[in-house]
Amino acid sequence: MSDKYRVVIVGAGVVGSSIARVLSMYENFDITLVEKEPDVGWGASKANTSIVHPGHEEEPDVHPLRAKLCVKGNEMWRTWAKELEIPVTFPGELMVFTNDEEEKKAREYIKLARLNNVPGVRIIYQEELRVLEPNIAREAKGAVYAPTGGLISPFEAVIAVVENAVENGVKLMTETEVLGVKVSEGRVKGVETNRGFIEADIVINAAGLYSDKITHSAGVELNFQVKPRKGEYLLFDEDIPVKPTRVLHTTPTPITKGVYAITTVHGNVLIGPTAEDLPIEAKGDASTSVKGLDYVYQEASKLLREMPPRSRVIRTFAGLRPEPPGGHWLIKAYSDPWGFVNAAGIRSPGFTSAPAIAEYVANLISETFDIKLVKKTNWNPYRRDITRLNNRPLSEIDELIKKNPAYGEIVCYCKTVSKAEILEAVDRMIKTGIKTITLDGLKFRTYAGFGMCQGAFCRWRIAKIVSEKLGVPLYDVTVKRTKYGIGDVKTLWVERKG
Amino acid sequence: MKTLEYDTVVIGGGPAGIAAAIKATELGLKTILIENRDLLGGIPLQCVHTGFGLHYFKEDLTGTQFVTRLLDKLEKLRVEYLLKAHVHSIEYLDYDKKLVNVVTPQGVVRILTKTIIYTTGARERHLYEIGVVGDRPDGIYTAGEAQTLMDIYGIMPGREVVIIGSGDVGLIMARRFALEGAKVKAVIEILPYPGGLMRNVMQCLRDYNIPLLLGHTVVKVVGKKRVEKVIVAKVDENFKPIEGTEFEIPCDTVVLSVGLRPYLKVLEKLGIHIDPATGGPVVNEYLETNIPGVFVAGNALVVNDLVDYAVEQGELAAEGAKVFIENKGIPTKNWKLVEKGRNIRLVVPHAVSGERDVIIYARVANPERNVYVQIPELGFRLFSYGVRPAEMIWFKLRKDMFSKLGADVNKITLEVKPR
Repeated sequence: MSDKYRVVIVGAGVVGSSIARVLSMYENFDITLVEKEPDVGWGASKANTSIVHPGHEEEPDVHPLRAKLCVKGNEMWRTWAKELEIPVTFPGELMVFTNDEEEKKAREYIKLARLNNVPGVRIIYQEELRVLEPNIAREAKGAVYAPTGGLISPFEAVIAVVENAVENGVKLMTETEVLGVKVSEGRVKGVETNRGFIEADIVINAAGLYSDKITHSAGVELNFQVKPRKGEYLLFDEDIPVKPTRVLHTTPTPITKGVYAITTVHGNVLIGPTAEDLPIEAKGDASTSVKGLDYVYQEASKLLREMPPRSRVIRTFAGLRPEPPGGHWLIKAYSDPWGFVNAAGIRSPGFTSAPAIAEYVANLISETFDIKLVKKTNWNPYRRDITRLNNRPLSEIDELIKKNPAYGEIVCYCKTVSKAEILEAVDRMIKTGIKTITLDGLKFRTYAGFGMCQGAFCRWRIAKIVSEKLGVPLYDVTVKRTKYGIGDVKTLWVERKG
Repeated sequence: MKTLEYDTVVIGGGPAGIAAAIKATELGLKTILIENRDLLGGIPLQCVHTGFGLHYFKEDLTGTQFVTRLLDKLEKLRVEYLLKAHVHSIEYLDYDKKLVNVVTPQGVVRILTKTIIYTTGARERHLYEIGVVGDRPDGIYTAGEAQTLMDIYGIMPGREVVIIGSGDVGLIMARRFALEGAKVKAVIEILPYPGGLMRNVMQCLRDYNIPLLLGHTVVKVVGKKRVEKVIVAKVDENFKPIEGTEFEIPCDTVVLSVGLRPYLKVLEKLGIHIDPATGGPVVNEYLETNIPGVFVAGNALVVNDLVDYAVEQGELAAEGAKVFIENKGIPTKNWKLVEKGRNIRLVVPHAVSGERDVIIYARVANPERNVYVQIPELGFRLFSYGVRPAEMIWFKLRKDMFSKLGADVNKITLEVKPR
């Protein structure tokens, strides 16, 4: 046994993954990142508004940690995105108001911005608003402009962070559900999982929606409960005429929490979310509803001068965000049981704050457990993105094909994705430690199936590439959680005879 | 990067594209056909059912047989084609010079051409654009995807199937599933009449005792990992679900057959004008778009219900390319717009010259019995016992019919009137 602390991080969402990356910088730890889903980032990290928040919506006296770490996280993503080649832009955010009451409310965010040291936040009116956002709705009166507001590809961010963490020695275990934390003699001993017991000296709870269950099993914070809050979204095609230039947000009021309209880093228009509090038992219910989607569509029309028609919707989805009591994040390291750490109930602005939360957790661990952190000399901060054809000049595409003819086989027409990109994504998934290659996982890595046809043209082609690469029958390829088919066409005849 | 030169580049190797490439070659044009997949033939390759070629070959063939006949002809004429070739982009240089950028496993090929015939077909509409809500589990397939799986790769998507939409592909797939031993629980159609051809309703549903629920919609898909059930409800006259009429159908598979849309991604980037009614381009009687020398045929032009029409359009576009090249542009100066009158949902072409015979393709908005399909300006009138949105109206306007039309008349109107 080495003299390193064995760390288990529960949950490979953006928080757990970021903690894994930050801890991988140090010699002190031997880290295992454990995820119950087949892939990383499939919880709240995937289904959100994809915003890097400026940090002017957090009240510092009520949520000091949220206020501090959001502003810091916004800064840190700029570095992380460069190091890890994550698609990100910083177009700035406009919190739009349409009447006096909203304007009054909006002005309060200017105050918060000042208290939180969010740079450049100010009120703008008609003319400037229309310069900054030519596609703003007619009824918009003005807005709170927060120039540091950004947009990120949330699922790719988690993938990139995990790939880099694994490069730096972290071990990923997918489809591994933590059933409980084992504590004995005042110390954590490890975690019980569906795949057996994993020994650990330090257990970090980053289980999002399920982080209450994990902390209860460690015997601390027994009153802590995480409730699911549902957010529904509509995602539109890239090729629509009027798209938001900035991050557009309706002013949150005591009645509504505000709806966003953005152009994602991939060029699609995204509107949402609703904010519906579900009962604690409903942690698996990410269903969409007519009511929710209609509401989002109607609210977003206050932001854009022309709404894309519903016929240009390419996907509707919902995400469940963890909502802790009072909206308070629970970030704490415990000396009883020694070795247990909560990064629990991380609700919005959790994505934005994740890198800062990770640093904060690293410091907590160092202080609480009296560990003198020693930086690795060979830690690699860089991760290269998949080599993509989309938006690449023809001459470069030609060169890529000369090196690897698989770049010349286009499998996804909508997003111009080649066979080579699919194969690279499969290789990376295997290298990262993902047990099951899913078509959904490939979609999030390559964008194949992300376009107007939603995979009707390309799903079977991609499945076929996976089938050939892994040497499994086409019907055995996993879509998201189940197989693509039930067998060959004779299957049911055989079953009937049997 | 290699640069080649052709008179016409045909993009898309399905029936319309094959027919266009054959015709263009026969007309003496230097032609190349570009296909993304590793074989020519397009969608009919996966159509093991009959119903193909009644008009064109005067025989009832399977899709595979139909397209094989076309391909035999193509090979005999030694028409050039590229497989595994994806059209990345088109650059418009001049009215008779376009650059087609093609990505192939051998590298990027640039093709300089006078004309383009675009025959890339249609895409299937998906669950989200028709507004079905609920969970997003595995086990949801478009009808075409299910057909590819079953009849190209021989794999079975699921056991208990609900089909949303009664388009032709959905009806055909209902029968295919039933034939392979799956239980097809229902075909659900929001409209009060079926979306596909009547012959398919009879041969694919009635003959296999598959229930067709007209005036119903799926209000919710339910399933944690794979589809577990769908919630179905009756709809009112505005297609809104009627509260209290909901019921569940347990199933593990949902197949969508909710219509096709012309797939024109590359052309849209070129600034082509789209007709919202067809979802395809606005074209004249040669099937030329607003971009000179760019022609569109087959399902990329308008969703056809017979492959025979797609082939006919491909040939017409090739003739158009020939006229375009010979005259350095389509010589017609005086176009007459074809307008949509009573109960006409769509009509193609959008402009005619009156200088030659022309075929009109149209669809009605609503089913109607005992009607005249007519163009008052031409004194043209056709009796029909019944028109249905699912069945394309097809007729030929002879050149001499236009002689009655005054030179100053710049439009004709197609309409459906009760007898």
